[in-house]
Amino acid sequence: MKHLISITDLDKEDISYILKKAEEFEDVAMGKRKLRILEGKILGNLFFEPSTRTRMSFEVAMKRLGGDVINMTAQEASSVAKGETLADTIRVVSGYCDAIVIRHPLEGAARFAAENSSVPVINAGDGAGQHPTQTLLDLYTIKKECGRLDGITIALMGDLKYSRTIHSLIKALALFEMKIYLISPEALALPDDIIEDVGGEIKRAKLEDVISEIDVLYVTRIQKERFPDEEEYRKVSGSYRITAETLKKAKDSMIVMHPLPRVDEIHPSVDATKHARYFQQSFYGVPVRMAILSEVML
Amino acid sequence: MKELVVSKIREGTVIDHINAGKALLVLRILKIQPGTDLTVSMAMNVPSKKMGKKDIVKVEGMFIQDEELNKIALISPNATINLIRDYEIERKFKVQPPEVVEEVLKCPNHACISNAEREPIKPRFYIKTEEMKVTARCHYCGRKIENLDDYIS
Repeated sequence: MKHLISITDLDKEDISYILKKAEEFEDVAMGKRKLRILEGKILGNLFFEPSTRTRMSFEVAMKRLGGDVINMTAQEASSVAKGETLADTIRVVSGYCDAIVIRHPLEGAARFAAENSSVPVINAGDGAGQHPTQTLLDLYTIKKECGRLDGITIALMGDLKYSRTIHSLIKALALFEMKIYLISPEALALPDDIIEDVGGEIKRAKLEDVISEIDVLYVTRIQKERFPDEEEYRKVSGSYRITAETLKKAKDSMIVMHPLPRVDEIHPSVDATKHARYFQQSFYGVPVRMAILSEVML
Repeated sequence: MKELVVSKIREGTVIDHINAGKALLVLRILKIQPGTDLTVSMAMNVPSKKMGKKDIVKVEGMFIQDEELNKIALISPNATINLIRDYEIERKFKVQPPEVVEEVLKCPNHACISNAEREPIKPRFYIKTEEMKVTARCHYCGRKIENLDDYIS
């Protein structure tokens, strides 16, 4: 049985295969072509934490391929959590559907779910751990918008300490021998053990020093709750905000990505520039998740 | 006059060359707990030519499985095992770190599913040895442990 728990479960060849498959589904994702390859199949969305776009894009991906979806939302999950173990919930729900998508606040929950499931499990985020489908759609975005993955220079900016999106992504970037710059406040720096694990060319930098060199600027949200007081948060978040002005020295082809939702780390003035790709990136979640669903269910 | 710190055993398992001060952790790894019926003797900080100081544990009347004994390598990679029959060494070997251990270590990450109280989950770690330094990585959350002594469950 195929599960998708961590990006490290995939090698370069697996990733390239999924991205190629996603490309074949793009017109279906846009509604330009109809496909019913998952007709009669049911996807179980188990979200123990709130999610809008990940849950919706899985739902859209499933429906565009002719399948159906059952949902358990964070609110319903909290009532389940009062009495039932995750192991039992998974054993029950895997009897209802053909694959499970899970988001859970505890790290490793998706792997544990897979061990208790009779159907494939897809990790849609486990605490500060992994978020492999986000990573695949990020790679797809870079490939589509930059024309290649190998040899890209990318800057990761924002909360690099707690962001599961970053922890997942950086491992995949290293596979494609990308040059990686890390831009974050000291308190939110990428943990050393992750840097050590990833290997490759990774350097801490300031945005103004690398802006003219990079092909991709990947911005993540700095969360207020990570700071002891509001004043500290304001000081830090203010210096990690992108505006159209910030990007003036960037290459014409440089793209700005963000896993969304953004708060104020990317000013709306960036939206109209040639660099903005975050909404396109968000759309790419659909064909990529179609590729993943068809891969685990067929 | 020479004096035996711990008496010889007729039959059973002797764990020698344990890093000094770690004998109690060895007992914990072997799940030898208060209330045990086994005859267990232990010596700590015994002078040793090779190690300066070492600990020794002797378990009378029981041949502990190699698989269990090898877990000792997590905290004491130089430990040696003597299986004794009729006061003679029947077999002697050095512990080898296992590749995977279950229910020996506890994940330091509080947000790891393996620490969830009610889940039917066995903490599981992948073991790596580099230049006699043993590290472990959690199967569930991926957290790496360097100081294994602190996380014996």
